[in-house]
Amino acid sequence: MVVAPIASGREAGLRAVLETMNVRPGMADPGNALLPFDEFQNIHFARLVILEDATVGDFAVHGLKAPSFPKHLVFMGDCDGPSRELLADMSRRADAGLRKIFAHCEGFDVQADLLGWLLAHDLPVAANYVNWVGRTVRQAKQESALQRALSSRVPREEIKSDTTVQQVRQDLVAYAKVEIRAGRLNLTPPEPTPVEWQMRKFLNAIGIPLVGLLALPLILVLLPFFLILLRIREKSDPEFYPRPDAQALQVLRQLEDHDVTNQFSALGSVKPGLFRRWLVSVVLLLIEYACRHIFNRGHLGRVQTIHFARWVFIDGKARIMFASNYDGSHEAYMDDFINKVAWGLNLVFSNGIGWPRTDWLIKRGARYEQRFKYYQRRHQIPSQVWYKAYPGLTLTDLQRNQRIREGLERADMSDAEALSWLRLL
Amino acid sequence: MSGRTGQNSAALEWDDMQALLRFGFKHLTQASFFLLRIKNREAARAWLAAAPVTSAVTVNPLPTTALQVALTSEGLRGLGVAPDIIDGFSNEYNAGMSTDGNRSQRLGDVAESAPDRWRWGARDKVPHVLLMLYAAPGQLEGFQRSIKGQCSAGFDEVACLATSTLGSKEPFGFDDGISQPKLDWDRERPVRDEEQYAYTNLACLGEFLLGYPNEYGGYTDRPLLDPQRSNASTLPRAEDSPDKADLGRNGSYLVMRQLQQDIPGFWQYLDQQAGGDATLREQLAAAMVGRTLDGEPLVGRNSEAIEGNAAKADSDLNAFTYQSDPQGLRCPLGAHVRRSNPRNADLPPGKPGIVSRLIRTLGFDAQARERDLVPSTRFHRLLRRGRDYGAKVTVAEALSGAQPSDETGLHFVCLGANIARQFEFVQGAWIAGTKFDGLAGEGDPLLGHRQPGPDGCPTNVFSIPQSCGPDKRLTALPSFITVRGGAYFFLPGIRALRYLATAH
Repeated sequence: MVVAPIASGREAGLRAVLETMNVRPGMADPGNALLPFDEFQNIHFARLVILEDATVGDFAVHGLKAPSFPKHLVFMGDCDGPSRELLADMSRRADAGLRKIFAHCEGFDVQADLLGWLLAHDLPVAANYVNWVGRTVRQAKQESALQRALSSRVPREEIKSDTTVQQVRQDLVAYAKVEIRAGRLNLTPPEPTPVEWQMRKFLNAIGIPLVGLLALPLILVLLPFFLILLRIREKSDPEFYPRPDAQALQVLRQLEDHDVTNQFSALGSVKPGLFRRWLVSVVLLLIEYACRHIFNRGHLGRVQTIHFARWVFIDGKARIMFASNYDGSHEAYMDDFINKVAWGLNLVFSNGIGWPRTDWLIKRGARYEQRFKYYQRRHQIPSQVWYKAYPGLTLTDLQRNQRIREGLERADMSDAEALSWLRLL
Repeated sequence: MSGRTGQNSAALEWDDMQALLRFGFKHLTQASFFLLRIKNREAARAWLAAAPVTSAVTVNPLPTTALQVALTSEGLRGLGVAPDIIDGFSNEYNAGMSTDGNRSQRLGDVAESAPDRWRWGARDKVPHVLLMLYAAPGQLEGFQRSIKGQCSAGFDEVACLATSTLGSKEPFGFDDGISQPKLDWDRERPVRDEEQYAYTNLACLGEFLLGYPNEYGGYTDRPLLDPQRSNASTLPRAEDSPDKADLGRNGSYLVMRQLQQDIPGFWQYLDQQAGGDATLREQLAAAMVGRTLDGEPLVGRNSEAIEGNAAKADSDLNAFTYQSDPQGLRCPLGAHVRRSNPRNADLPPGKPGIVSRLIRTLGFDAQARERDLVPSTRFHRLLRRGRDYGAKVTVAEALSGAQPSDETGLHFVCLGANIARQFEFVQGAWIAGTKFDGLAGEGDPLLGHRQPGPDGCPTNVFSIPQSCGPDKRLTALPSFITVRGGAYFFLPGIRALRYLATAH
């Protein structure tokens, strides 16, 4: 995630430039002149956000003066393969456009090495969630085309006998083969996962628990102190959740619901003090671990509507940016958060200034419906540019299409399996 | 989960609540709805201060007329209510139903149903006041004349919406009004944040009445005033802030939408899909609705005892959930009643016990996840009080190809304390939503807007799952509903109404 402070006086110009990348507010033009997203086949989502922090004044509830944070431009995306490679590719093929955008940032020298600058400003991500690790853009698009082709072809009468089930399936398999040979459909076999990636994942998978195990005696000794400190703070930390301004809400909503998927960018300051800073760092470390090794096959706890999400520390560890891409309306997203995974939200965001009161880190907090809804809308910031590689598709669609493709490629199936497969269409 | 929470105070405040929250006025079979704009502020205020609004007190013998009054945000401004008080109402109420492109998009008010085509509720035709007149047979005309006479000084008419005599069937021919949430008047439901594992028809008061705790155990925001403010001492104190006067107490939000129904279009389409077979035609219609024409749920009744269902024989029409039909083989997943009330609970169903619940809470039960695509219904209930309008068209008349003389449809009315979480959520995510419950791309078969999705894929389809084959699919569904008008109103408590009419 590339983060760079905007040079003073250049913000208005930057906003104007970013607007030219959109078809309409909230929807990037995939072929826009500056950064044609659709020419990069491995970008799932991308966005450009100006970090306009309306809540920095909240430090006042802690009796502190608001620090002055620079206003950053954030350029982030979710892609297949290492981000380094994508940035290199972009700086080769969209050099002029990227220079035009980042020229508005502090310290950007028009003559300088673009890639070097981008990499220097690429902040590490504290925790990253991917709904289905390994599903590529190409796969999503090809499987969607396959689903449309088979769905329009499959006969929709009741199938009277088991032999007919297999026959119908074989007909579709044959049809698909014909379409593939004619080039109207494409099912590129997935690229093998690099061994190096698997090794690093494996080491991380056992390494973190190992460290945890070794540190266990220390953790157990410190636990009571931690809990006492936590409870003291939980009882005394001020809440602050004023109603968001109607104008600001209007701006945010204008950018939503143009696709079945929406973007969410939020910014907040971490509560003052070392305790909170360490706590949120540990929590994000654990979330990163869980996302990487446990929640990488279609769901984050009970939530099945988030495509990608990330938490990033900015300005040292003073602020956290949260960004996600989710299916459905904002109201449904918040509903899911409150009802399905409030405990998860509380873990991280109770360390943010003004979060509704929690008990024992996971209880209450986001369950205060009204307070939570005001809080998150107030901390939400508009994404100036937002791109999605597969319009109209939700995660349920993507997963169904994966199963359709898998079923197609299997050599043979039992009658029951064949029927289940046909019923996916 | 039940247990007396101790406060039966709701029973004492029937006289402050407008009757619509408690009764549907089934015996007052005639009704009409006046949409008015304020033309003379003083006259309007004077009338509202003394208007004969019917309260929720039970009267014996039953009254022969009833009047209910509701106001839009523009109406409050027209009355001269202070801006800081108006700001205390919800954002969506103040924005109104028609002014926000994003809202219209979410609600499915697009194409033919877009607000710029509405007859009322958009641009300069936004009503200020809604008067709902109910009358026993033969009494309506006189009652209407009387009220019109009283209002002529203060108000202009935007529209006078007539309704047809109340029967059990709605215009397409289906029994309607079968399912309604039961308000927990005795306040037995827990009003703290607690997970519910079974579907219940009983709803916390605060879901439909401002000023009372809702299903989250919280209080929906509403204007809370300093009691020292002019006249505010007449208002009840807020339960959650006893030092403040509660303008919303005993009030609710009222959503109204005029939905024109294309009855010939509906039956002609189904007849064509059924190839002229009358039985099949009815079956397809029932599949779209989720109930037979007589109200029998397609999923079948079971002997589940559902809390909050009345213990009367005919209410068995509501003794069901969809737990036994996860694939939609008996009642299609996209059927209208299944969309508008999925009858689920906070956790997807599974084995009882703490361990199983924990596994489901963390999302590790794959089968449960497949049934976890729809949010818990108890936060999204609607209390419906709509009335049809226009002449009835029989199926035979609809198929004959004759043009109906009159426009027919439904004046949809629903009450709820949180417009965004209740009406807008059901309408947006469940009815207009084309990906409801994992469906690939189709809106509600009756109400869907039929516009193609962002990828150009059509949404004018209806899937009927079957056990021995891929879903049957009805395609090229035409629009059966056109929205002709709509607005968000505040249905105040009676003390609140008098306050709004007299305060400075």
